[in-house]
Amino acid sequence: MPSPDAPHVPLVALDTLWFQVAGTLCNIACTHCFISCSPTNHAHELLTLADVEPLLAEARVLGVREYYFTGGEPFLNRELLPILEATLRQGPATVLTNGMLLRADVCRELRALFDASEYSLDLRVSLDGFDAASHDAIRGAGVWERVMTGLRNLVDAGLNPAITVTTAAEGVATSDGRARFLELIRNFGFARPRLKVLPLFRIGAEETRTRAYEDWERLTSDALTSDDAKVLQCSSCRMVTSRGVYVCPILIDEPGARMGATLAETLRPFPLRYGACHTCWVDGVTCTT
Amino acid sequence: MTRLAFIGGMYSNYHALVATLADIRAHGADATYFLGDLGAFGPYPDRVPELLIERGIAGIQGNYEESLSTRADDCHCGYTDPRDNYFAQLSYDYTFAHTSDALKDWMGTLPRTIRFEAGGLRFLLVHGSPRRINEFLWRSTSPEPFLEKLCRDFAADAIVCTHTGLHWYRALPDHRHIINAGVIGRPANDGRTNVWYALVDVDGVNLRVEFVPVAYDHHRLADEMQREHLPEPFIETILSGWWTTCLEILPAKERAAGKF
Ligand code: SF4
Ligand code: SF4
Ligand SMILES: [Fe+2]
Repeated sequence: MPSPDAPHVPLVALDTLWFQVAGTLCNIACTHCFISCSPTNHAHELLTLADVEPLLAEARVLGVREYYFTGGEPFLNRELLPILEATLRQGPATVLTNGMLLRADVCRELRALFDASEYSLDLRVSLDGFDAASHDAIRGAGVWERVMTGLRNLVDAGLNPAITVTTAAEGVATSDGRARFLELIRNFGFARPRLKVLPLFRIGAEETRTRAYEDWERLTSDALTSDDAKVLQCSSCRMVTSRGVYVCPILIDEPGARMGATLAETLRPFPLRYGACHTCWVDGVTCTT
Repeated sequence: MTRLAFIGGMYSNYHALVATLADIRAHGADATYFLGDLGAFGPYPDRVPELLIERGIAGIQGNYEESLSTRADDCHCGYTDPRDNYFAQLSYDYTFAHTSDALKDWMGTLPRTIRFEAGGLRFLLVHGSPRRINEFLWRSTSPEPFLEKLCRDFAADAIVCTHTGLHWYRALPDHRHIINAGVIGRPANDGRTNVWYALVDVDGVNLRVEFVPVAYDHHRLADEMQREHLPEPFIETILSGWWTTCLEILPAKERAAGKF
């Protein structure tokens, strides 16, 4: 339930623009997915190049620094590569993927985009455990094997993704767990292993996997200083989906988080009414983590 | 024509500073500025500030001077990875313990930015970015529209920065420029042991940037780091020219150019 006395976070600068490029469509249905993506969830649809272009034009004028592409699974979108190409003409792009659809030819095309652009093209592949058993318990049977194929194709193409792991992976938050995971990534064939550990949001499917937010897990105005506000990603980002522009990538299932149809309509402050806002604040989730 | 010299992060590498100042003199610069981060990484952190004061060189605070002068617990470097932060903390604790109180106070008197006009251009010197002392302006993640906005928001034609450790330059439309001067504290993750500073020639609204490589006695620096029990990965970087720490903060393109 939204809290009435919520602090407002101003948009300090629109540095980061997200595109829900695959909508809520995913080729799998993870138990911890914070927006409950699946092969049949059409809450948000795929974005086309034609959908993306006017927002890129607006972003250029506003001086956006970086672009993120997520879903669902971005590589379900057949226009993803042209969309990335258009984006890289004006800034760096990062794609968040589950790694299952990274065919050899797709990886080669990504490498060509990487080489042709003066801005960074980055990939983040998410894993949920140290091995097939723990990973597939969350992601589904057989997923680990397909991700391994995708990672091998990236190695062969000479691309070096960051591997992201949620704290759903047992022990990964400890320094031992990190060292083990880095070793694992090296064993995949990446000479320069990159690892990012992410917190979980107790919304979507994750709400039933563990537990939902308690009522005390809401922010009130006095709990948040203006310096705190600046580290929240909603002070520097917006999220584009097929249904409009939302405050951040986390709240696209909340109708109240849709701020407008164009970027210009979303430059105002946003009230932190939601439970997920509590995780952002406690764990310091920013666009760069 | 005016010739300006900019020295980025010095990281206690006073051997490189001596060599750089000699090189700047040989190039006949009209003015020289340092851009902050006098300490970190290297040994005997009093020597760089003492030399800058002795030569009367003007400059600004980096995140290191901000932290040391306010007696903060950490370097405000802005890393996000636990291993990077672990090594950053070792550097900071060593530097904190070996910097005199008088010099810490002096660091607090340095300005956070410097503005001046040269030719027809308004210069703005900052450590990280005009917005934040520890914002990283990397070449591959600082796109033109974003940099144009910085110039607009901060009323500058030429912004000069450091903090990332890697030098680059981008010319923007309408005679505006962003120059990351790089650092003389450690090599630029390119397998070469030299360090870099920036020479900028201004003539009216025309500007030309040259990044100048400086060789110095890096073996001597490595020996001193050893004697001071500074971390082995730091010494390896000085001797090999490849970064071994602070890697997780690198964007994909910059990361791909290094060895680790
Ligand atoms: S967590 Fe990612 S891979 Fe899993 S269902 Fe959600 S979008 Fe798909
Ligand atoms: S979920 Fe996080 S990013 Fe989104 S509005 Fe709340 S605090 Fe901001
Ligand atoms: Fe710095």
